[in-house]
Amino acid sequence: MMQYIPYNIPFIAVALLMGVALFIILFKRNLIKIIMGIAILGAGVNLFLVTLGYRAGGVAPIYTVAPEGVMVLPVPQALTLTNIVITVSVIALMLTMVMFTYRHMGDIDAKKSRLLRG
Amino acid sequence: MEYLTVHSPILIVAVPLLAAFITPLISRIGNKFRDTVNVSLLSFVTFLIVILTIDIYANGTRVYTLGASVPELALPENYMVPVRIMFQVDGISIFMGLTTTVVALAALVYSLQFVKNETGQDRFYSLFMLLYVGMIGLEFTGDMFNLFVFLEILSIAGAGLASYRVNMADAVEGGFKYIIISAVSALFVLFAIGILYSEYNLLSIAALAHSMQFTTLDLIALALLAIAFVMKLAGVPLHMWAPDTYAVAPAGITPMIYTSSAASMYALYRVTFTLYGGHFDTTAIGWVVIILGVLSMFIGVMMAIHQTDIKRLMAYHAISQSGYMLLGVGVGLAVLTDPVALANYGRDAMNGGIFHIINNALYKGMLFLTAEAIFFRIGTRDLNKMGGLGHNMKWTTIFFIIGALAISGIPPFNGFASKLLIYESVFRFNPLLSIIAMFVSLVTLASFTKVFYSAFTGPEMPAFKEVREVPRSMLIGMGIMVACIIFFSIFPGLVVDTIVAPATDALIDQASYINGVMGAVP
Amino acid sequence: MLSKIVRTISNQLILFILVFGLYIIMHGHVTPGGGFQGGAVIASGVVMMIVAFGSSEIKKSLRERHLSVVESSGALIFIGMAFAGMGTIFFYNFLVGTPVFGGIPPTGPNPGNVWTGGVIPLMNLGVGLKVIAGLSAVVLAMALFSSGEEIEE
Repeated sequence: MMQYIPYNIPFIAVALLMGVALFIILFKRNLIKIIMGIAILGAGVNLFLVTLGYRAGGVAPIYTVAPEGVMVLPVPQALTLTNIVITVSVIALMLTMVMFTYRHMGDIDAKKSRLLRG
Repeated sequence: MEYLTVHSPILIVAVPLLAAFITPLISRIGNKFRDTVNVSLLSFVTFLIVILTIDIYANGTRVYTLGASVPELALPENYMVPVRIMFQVDGISIFMGLTTTVVALAALVYSLQFVKNETGQDRFYSLFMLLYVGMIGLEFTGDMFNLFVFLEILSIAGAGLASYRVNMADAVEGGFKYIIISAVSALFVLFAIGILYSEYNLLSIAALAHSMQFTTLDLIALALLAIAFVMKLAGVPLHMWAPDTYAVAPAGITPMIYTSSAASMYALYRVTFTLYGGHFDTTAIGWVVIILGVLSMFIGVMMAIHQTDIKRLMAYHAISQSGYMLLGVGVGLAVLTDPVALANYGRDAMNGGIFHIINNALYKGMLFLTAEAIFFRIGTRDLNKMGGLGHNMKWTTIFFIIGALAISGIPPFNGFASKLLIYESVFRFNPLLSIIAMFVSLVTLASFTKVFYSAFTGPEMPAFKEVREVPRSMLIGMGIMVACIIFFSIFPGLVVDTIVAPATDALIDQASYINGVMGAVP
Repeated sequence: MLSKIVRTISNQLILFILVFGLYIIMHGHVTPGGGFQGGAVIASGVVMMIVAFGSSEIKKSLRERHLSVVESSGALIFIGMAFAGMGTIFFYNFLVGTPVFGGIPPTGPNPGNVWTGGVIPLMNLGVGLKVIAGLSAVVLAMALFSSGEEIEE
């Protein structure tokens, strides 16, 4: 039992990160904090994907400098990279929208800067 | 011609992508040139969709593998699993593609005049094309990861377009809500993809469906995917973003975002039917979909009654109409493992639900366009401030009447055809559900009667004496949709037989989807 | 605007950042890195210049219109490469075997041959251009907003 725990630490971290992120997104009212929540959620998913591709003692999957032995899986890393790029653009877009909200309403509190109800 | 047919699955995605990227460059030459290029490229894509539709309904599923030596080479020799990115187009994909393209063409033509006086028009057209690419890619793709990528493309483009009029505070707010929901749901999808990849080392939908074992982890992945797609399609417990975003998005974009939620519905069906179907008893998940559908129908229409903002009202009706599609297909899903019930009424229910997708994209999209035409001329969305518009905006009034009658399911319009299919078949499954559906339809009629009376009838109001009919391109945009509605209303049987039934078969027939990639299933 | 020391050093350092970024972009197919990573390196150089000189100074040399053209050209290079394989299939690697990036990479440990990869290095270049322009525009717009100005329209 004990020997599995080191391999499970990343997954525990994933669960913690995603839990924290969902809590922030659901219950915080500051728009910047909501964006931070989404960034943390993205980080949690990225950590999950990278951990999936990890093989104990594996080397980086670079074709030209490959010594003997197992390689870590490259596909989850490609997925992670794509997700990083997408998260960057999503967060840039969200920050722009918060900037405009602040310009219009003078506040970034979700309760106070709200027009659409019902 | 043969060349076009073979390559059309990728050209349909790539040509709008090209249009999106050349738009900022060619708009240096002139706005008119840019508009012409965009409309002609989208018309070319429409032509490709039509020939691909004819081909798919004649010859079945078509696979297109990117970077291979021949398009059909999904599984290279000596490979056990597909490794390349591929597009797999079957009946339901092409059905959704057809819906999306008709709406996109009408919305683009409508937008030409609508954004004429706004700033940042290049970005409008770029993002419009990207939104179209996102939807069509989501519908055509054959692997889970590209499904995520296209979902993000349509979310980012959609959010950017929803807050296009950034000088209005509510537009920014609507866009922000949309992007938050989209980001969370897309990350859920990616997490689920990670779970599936960890189990099977596969990303292709067909290969995953082939080796699916339905373990506990698969169940978790299914739950995550279902939550994510229900969030994106604005099913009722997770519908909060929809009225805000639909209400503030500029005209032409509201129908597109609405169609993108139908694309998410397609993704939900694809996952439940193709990815997970055949491996477990789908009754439970079918009932979940049915309950979501009934909740969406009922709560959507109840929230719509007391709205005074015309686009918000229509947005709640849009949620309510999504309920019909979920109900119809949910009944099919619930009886999927029971061949007798499936043949008796399950297939009809699914036909109704799927037919409702295209009907609804047309008349709901058209109603959004008429609402925005009113906003374009009088500058308010408040129903209490409107009145007597029928005197000056005759075409808009006629279009609105057609749309309102169709959405309420009044014969002979196409809304009646699809709703009748749903009522009849759902009645044999569970009479109560059918009665709720009819009741919701009645309330819809009442609500649209209210809109009609307060906006279009009554004496001419002095404030709106100068109001004129909207410009011609906007009328043509609405006219494209009305033409389709009328065609569907006159020949509902023909439409159901030729395009809806193959789509239903494609959803039910999981084996042929897998065969398209994996060869014969042992 | 920061002190003269910072400005002078930034002026010298930006060259190295540009070279390093371009190296990462063009070696994307043989070493870790690629279009996005190299583009992000160069965009961080732009951030450095904004910090050193102030956003209104940088705005004069980095025009939003030009950034938009560079961004579109990057995307067009990428999709053009994909369309160029259309004779066989979309995204077909038609450059393999030709003198341009056409080498076949040797197997086993080796120092790496840049002259391989077919269309991949060119696509990396396209992505790199797009990311440089896109991220620079994002950073610049946000810096201008926080100093109360507008990016030109």
